[in-house]
Amino acid sequence: MTNVNVNAVAKTYGTTPVLTDISTDFPEGSFTSLLGPSGSGKTTLLRIIAGFIRPDEGKVSIGGRDVTHVPVWGRNIGMMFQSYALFPHMTIAQNVAFGLGRRGIHGAEARKQVDAALEMVRLPGFADRMPKQLSGGQQQRVALARAMVIKPSVLLLDEPLSALDRRLRQEMQVELLRIQRETGLTTIFVTHDQEEALTLSDKVAILDKGRIVQIGDPETVYEKPLTRFAAEFLGDSNFLQGKVESGAVRLADGTVVHVTGALPADGAQATLAVRPEKMFVVKDTSPGNRLTARITTVIYAGQALSYILETADGMQVKLFAQNRDGNLLKQGETVVLGWSADHTVAVAD
Amino acid sequence: MRQLGRIYLLAILFFLYTPILVMMAMGFNESQLYELPFSFSTRWYVALMDNQQLLKAGMNSIIIAVITAVIATCLGTMASIALSRRTFRGKSLLQLLLLPPIAIPWLITGTAMLVFFYWSGIGRGMHALLIGHVALAIPYVVLVVGTGFNTIRADLEEAAMSLGSTPIHAFFAVTLPLLFPSILGAALFAFAVSLDQFVISYFLATPGYSTLPVQIYSAIRKGFTPEINAISTLLLLGSMAAILIFARFAKPGDVSDKR
Repeated sequence: MTNVNVNAVAKTYGTTPVLTDISTDFPEGSFTSLLGPSGSGKTTLLRIIAGFIRPDEGKVSIGGRDVTHVPVWGRNIGMMFQSYALFPHMTIAQNVAFGLGRRGIHGAEARKQVDAALEMVRLPGFADRMPKQLSGGQQQRVALARAMVIKPSVLLLDEPLSALDRRLRQEMQVELLRIQRETGLTTIFVTHDQEEALTLSDKVAILDKGRIVQIGDPETVYEKPLTRFAAEFLGDSNFLQGKVESGAVRLADGTVVHVTGALPADGAQATLAVRPEKMFVVKDTSPGNRLTARITTVIYAGQALSYILETADGMQVKLFAQNRDGNLLKQGETVVLGWSADHTVAVAD
Repeated sequence: MRQLGRIYLLAILFFLYTPILVMMAMGFNESQLYELPFSFSTRWYVALMDNQQLLKAGMNSIIIAVITAVIATCLGTMASIALSRRTFRGKSLLQLLLLPPIAIPWLITGTAMLVFFYWSGIGRGMHALLIGHVALAIPYVVLVVGTGFNTIRADLEEAAMSLGSTPIHAFFAVTLPLLFPSILGAALFAFAVSLDQFVISYFLATPGYSTLPVQIYSAIRKGFTPEINAISTLLLLGSMAAILIFARFAKPGDVSDKR
């Protein structure tokens, strides 16, 4: 069990920089998600850690050992691929035993370890089947067993759940988390699914255009996004733009918004992010942030309600609410939205 | 519409297989002039056993076809690996250059080869035939093996490498076994291209060394005997056996295990 350290890593294809000066540490036993849109460099970073791609600059170390110039097959990594990548011409047992064979473990000892690994992913008795006889979810479990049986230093997951349907995916998430916790294996997980990233990880790293824009535990990254991109990519967000005036922000229409956290200096432009579920309709005149807007769209999704509203000067605002009493707000209605200064975060553009 | 389709299908099968069946039957007919009524005889097979020229040519054909299949399959497979797994300068040009030899009429290729071999001193005979056939078969091999490559995901080799395989081990442990049906198919293709080859063989054969198609052609010019039916039937049965073996190994149509 080991940590993974990435130091000043950069990679350019042709003249396009894919990764720019990435430095981060993945602590021992942590589960980190690399989250970003396609083209953000998250897969490239994972493949650099795996050793499939050599960085142009910087260093990668696994457990304190500099592996920058060590090829994939010398790094002792466990990897899961998006397509499962099971060897179709081998039985499940042969698939799982593949890495053991490369480490000189054969025969009864290998068989014992393969059985234990299949037990761990809850597929005992599947040893002699062929991959194509298994469902997608089962194949994914075999891929996990195959990656884990070699006792890797680090587990690297390249969107392994994205090919599964929703239910199976949730099941696999639970399984993955259980096995990761049991083994205490340092895990790095590439995904573009924000919910998956929040559910599974101790740490979430948001990548954009080849840089890590924010890394931290899921609550911090969600509640206190540092940039507009982070706020938009992880969850949904309303953005209010205005000018800083004596510790608050005055919007274009004159509304004053209070912020608990830090703000730029007086007179500067500021962008504020407010999560749509943090807003609610207020009827009284108690103090707090207020915004008047007219409902333009009502989206009814059973337990959850979404509204799109428009302020007098044309700014769009989203509002998420629980369907607590079955009373929906009507389209065309004008309401006053309220929210706490604690839930208002100034973000960089 | 359905009826029409069925008639069409039957017509195709009729014109494809009837001549072959007639030929096979006439090899067993007593009469030299294809006279009916049919009277069964193995006389032409006995005669064939005495026709040293035809037998020798048949042997030559098979030897050339086997050697062509081996050489063309090895070279073609290696080319295919390079073309599908690597990037290098001129790759697309090379890929493009593979196709014209398949499209160019054999008469033209044959003439060109004859002129070139004569000019360069390679001359004619078995070695020239071999060079010609291998050159002709390689594009087919590259195409067939290349198609096989496309059905094998590159991440299988990556998975093997993540488990500790060197690239060479990953190739032999994962890619090659999956590619085996395609390679076998390509070898049979190369074998068939060589065995079938008449035009180029005709140009490059010498009076002392020729192949079966060339020999059959000159025999027909001298006067047709049903011995030719006999040897054709033997050859046909040999090819059919080869195809059945291939079908057994490659399980055509079964693509689900290539994911």
